[in-house]
Parts: sequence; structure tokens; C-alpha cells
Amino acid sequence: MFDDLRELYQEVIFDHNRNPRNFRIIEQADRTVEGFNPLCGDRLTLYLTLTGDVITDASFQGSGCAISTASVSLMTDIVKGKTITDAERLFKQFHEMTTGKEEHINLEALGKLAVLAGVREYPARVKCATLAWHTLDAALKNEAQAISTE
Amino acid sequence: MTNFPIEKIRADFPILAEKIRNKPLVYLDNAASSQKPQVVIDSLVHVYTHEYANIHRGVHTLSVRATDKYEGAREKVKDFINAASSKEIIFVRGATEAINLVAQTFGKATIKAGDEIIITAMEHHSNIVPWQMLCAETGAVLKVAAMNLQGELIYAEFEALLNTKTKLVAITHMSNALGTINPVERIIAAAHAQNIPVLLDGAQAIPHMTVDVQALDCDFYVFSGHKLYAPSGIGILYGKQALLEAMPPYQGGGDMIKTVSFDKSTYAGLPHKFEAGTPSIADTIALGAAIDYLQSIGMDAIAAYEAELLAYATEQARKIPQLRIIGEAAEKGAILSFALDKIHPHDIGTMLDSLGIAIRAGHHCAMPVMDFYGVPATARASFAMYNTKEEIDVLMQGIKSLIEVFG
Ligand SMILES: Cc1ncc(COP(=O)(O)O)c(C=O)c1O
Repeated sequence: MFDDLRELYQEVIFDHNRNPRNFRIIEQADRTVEGFNPLCGDRLTLYLTLTGDVITDASFQGSGCAISTASVSLMTDIVKGKTITDAERLFKQFHEMTTGKEEHINLEALGKLAVLAGVREYPARVKCATLAWHTLDAALKNEAQAISTE
Repeated sequence: MTNFPIEKIRADFPILAEKIRNKPLVYLDNAASSQKPQVVIDSLVHVYTHEYANIHRGVHTLSVRATDKYEGAREKVKDFINAASSKEIIFVRGATEAINLVAQTFGKATIKAGDEIIITAMEHHSNIVPWQMLCAETGAVLKVAAMNLQGELIYAEFEALLNTKTKLVAITHMSNALGTINPVERIIAAAHAQNIPVLLDGAQAIPHMTVDVQALDCDFYVFSGHKLYAPSGIGILYGKQALLEAMPPYQGGGDMIKTVSFDKSTYAGLPHKFEAGTPSIADTIALGAAIDYLQSIGMDAIAAYEAELLAYATEQARKIPQLRIIGEAAEKGAILSFALDKIHPHDIGTMLDSLGIAIRAGHHCAMPVMDFYGVPATARASFAMYNTKEEIDVLMQGIKSLIEVFG
């Protein structure tokens, strides 16, 4: 019945929505930032532990749609062990993938995150996928709050 | 539903034949904005083809023609809501601008530090924020009358808020997030007993019922054309003549003046005092066409038909165990707001869209209502006179299928 949506709602997304990874509070987090999507009112809180310039732990709290939950779940998994510079580069690539500005996006470099490429076709849902990353960006820049304003 | 000319009405709205994602459109986002009948579209084309010029400014034939049509629309609005005079009909951009106009003119002229303004817990942001801004400027206090879990105003709590400091009651006639129809007659009587004027936000009520501002005895009534099958860009502020006359002008400029010199300007009389600048001329004339169209069907017939639609939708929705209806007031207009267990409204919205069904997913510009129910957002199906039981069946089937997919 929902054949048209197979690109957007891949099984991986349902999986992360049902069982979000890193869904916990880090009590001693080095960075805690709240992300807010004014369009839908969704909020999430991102926690990061940094050792030098390496992200050694990442987790989140909050509830959102399947796209935003899967996005933040995948993101917290993938940035663990990455340097701040690498994470920022990934944010840039993710942003390009979801907003479709690049003709030839390197989906390979994005690994598992590529399952979210489908949002490009759904402009109303891009913010759902990018909220996590804007929040990460704010955390890495040590800002207090991120507002997704794509 | 026996005599309601649903087939004819549907045929009058060309967009209803549109395919969305290869499926017939099922348009259930009418509370956000409704679709336009051919007569309204034709009216716009006709104005621009045969009758367009600026109004109130020219002796030439076209300007006179446009002015006549434009002022004719004012007469139609006056008759539609049964105002006492067309001087009481002010053309604005929409309900939002109408409320801001009242806040900035009536509000600034009469409300002072320590005074109180009463709204309810179910207001649209446009009937909250202008009053907050006024309160911030004047030192007045905004009081919020509570509602119960069904989404009904707790009348006793509202009444208890009325006191000698209250300078205005601003209340929605029908809630956009919940569908609740407020007991406005009672509210107005109680407020008037203490000489307090009442503004009704009629943005949602106006397309669904007969509104008679004299019978209601409200002091202000506001609504937008775009929810009334007319174009966007045109809305109405109704105000009682004596109140409007006492109010200072809103914006300054052309059309709202009698005389201008560098020493002093004098202002035009009603309604032009509040209508500075060139308005949305064709859209206003098309609002007149929308009103003619609605009157040819009859607002009472529309209300009766939509009541059946809502009853049917509610009955079907209750059969879905994972579905929770948000807003179950005894007096309700054709809006079904709901939440599904563990499925976010945005996902519901996208999934239904893939089936050609347009609903709204979000906070409906009523964040305090979402907070009250402890949800970030709801899904909302809102019905219009052109919707059918068959479309409600498509919606319910869609909801059942997406619940399965989400597992
Ligand atoms: C109850 C209510 N009031 C006010 C408004 C504002 O109307 P507009 O955006 O047309 O000015 C709306 C529109 O959504 C509404 O539903």
C-alpha cells in the first residue's frame, strides 16, 4: 500500500525507530544541547563526551517522528570515535545528501546514513532528518541550543 | 444527507479532480485553508480581464467599476454576518491582522497597566501573541480561562476571571486544534453584564455555521476569506460602529484620510479609516463571489451535512484501538484531531499523503494546547462541505494500514 514510500521509510529506519540506539542520559556529559524544530515542536537533547578532540560517547533523549528518531540514533552511533573535524565533515556531507544540492553525492562516505537520502524527495521532512545534526553542530561549537531552520 | 447536493458541489471545485501521487485527492486540511470553487476562480479572472483598476481614486470607468464591485463585496459580507451597517465591515488581510488591529487601536486606547484581558487555553497563536504584545507594552495582564480534558472551556473558571479590571474578552468561536465550539452567547452575556466587550475569533467557525453578529451581540468578530472558500489575502474585522468610531486609526496612508497637510491630517470615516493603502482588490471581490456561492447552498444545510460527516468520522475513528481522539467536546465542529500510539503525526502525515490524503500534522499554531495534552503535535483531519463519507473511509483505511506498517 505504501510502495511509493519505500525509499523514505526503509527497514533500517523502522528498526532504529522501534529500538533507538544510545537512548540514554550521560550524567557527566561534556556537552548537553537541546535541539528544537519549531515547525513541529519536536525537541531532543544530545549528550556528548569528549576526550581531547575525539567524541568518545554520544547519546540522546526526546521523542520525534521515525525519521528524526532514526537520524539521531544513527548519528550517535556513527560519530562515536570520530574527531570533531571528522564529525563536522560528516555533517556537511549529510546536509548535502538531504538537501540534494550536490549532483553526485558520495553515498559511500556516508555509510549507514545513506538510508536517509530519501528525504531529499520530501522537502517537508528534511528538517526531521537534519535536526540531530544541527544539534550536534551546536554541541561541537559549544552553543546552548540548536534550532533547525533549514 | 439526503438533499445535500454533494455531487454538484464537488463538481464546482476543480482541484478535487486532481491526482496526488497518482491517487484521487482526499483533501482533509480545510481548517488550514479550504479549496476554491470555480465561481471564485472565475471571479478573479473576470476582475483582471474586465474590471480591474485601483479603487476610490479615479474618475475613469474602470476605477468606478472596480470600486463598485469592491464595495459590493462589503455589502455581501455585511449581509452574510448580518451586521447592522457596512461601515462595520473592515477589510484586512486575515483574522491575524484583524486581531492585531484591535490590539493596536482599541487596545492601546483603552487598556492600561493593571487591566486584564481574558483569553482561553485553546486559542490559536494569533489570538494569544497580539495580546501578549499589548500587555508587554501597557503593563496589562493576560488571563487564560482553563479547559477540561474533553477540550471544553470550563465555564465557571472563565466567569470567575471576569472582574472590574477586565477590559476585553477575546475568545475563539471554534477551536482549530480541537474543533470545540465555545458557548459564545453565554460568554458574551456574562461579559456584557459587566460592560466588558468581547472579540470572537471566527476564523474556524465562519465556514461551518450561520453567524449573526447582531444576534450574538459580539463587539468584534474576525475571520479570514481563505478558510471560507475565497482567496487568501482578504479577511474581515467586524466591529460595532460606536466602538470603531472611538478607535484611533491603525495604519496611516492613502485612502484612510479626509485631508492631509504638513501640519495635520484628518481621517476618513468608517470603514475607510482602517483601510490605508491599496487593498487586495480582486481577492475581496472574489470573497463576495464565495459568499454568493455559500448562500446558494445555505449555511444551515452545510452545518447539518458537516455534522453528519463528523459523527461518522468520530464513530469510525473510535473503532481503531490505537487511535486517541484529541478534543471530544460535546459541541464540536468538523475537526478530528488525533494521535496514534507510538506513531508520530509527521509520519502519519507523510504516509497518508502517499495515498493522496492531505491532513495536517503539527501543533496547529496552538502550542499551549499541545502542552495541555502532553503531545508535541497531533494529526488533524478537518472537513469541508465537499468531503464525503467515502473519503472518510479512505482515511480510516489509510490509518489502519499505516498502523500495520509501523508494527
Ligand atoms: C482559530 C484561528 N484563529 C486565527 C487564525 C489565523 O488566520 P489567518 O492565518 O488566516 O490570519 C486561524 C488560522 O489558522 C485559526 O484557525
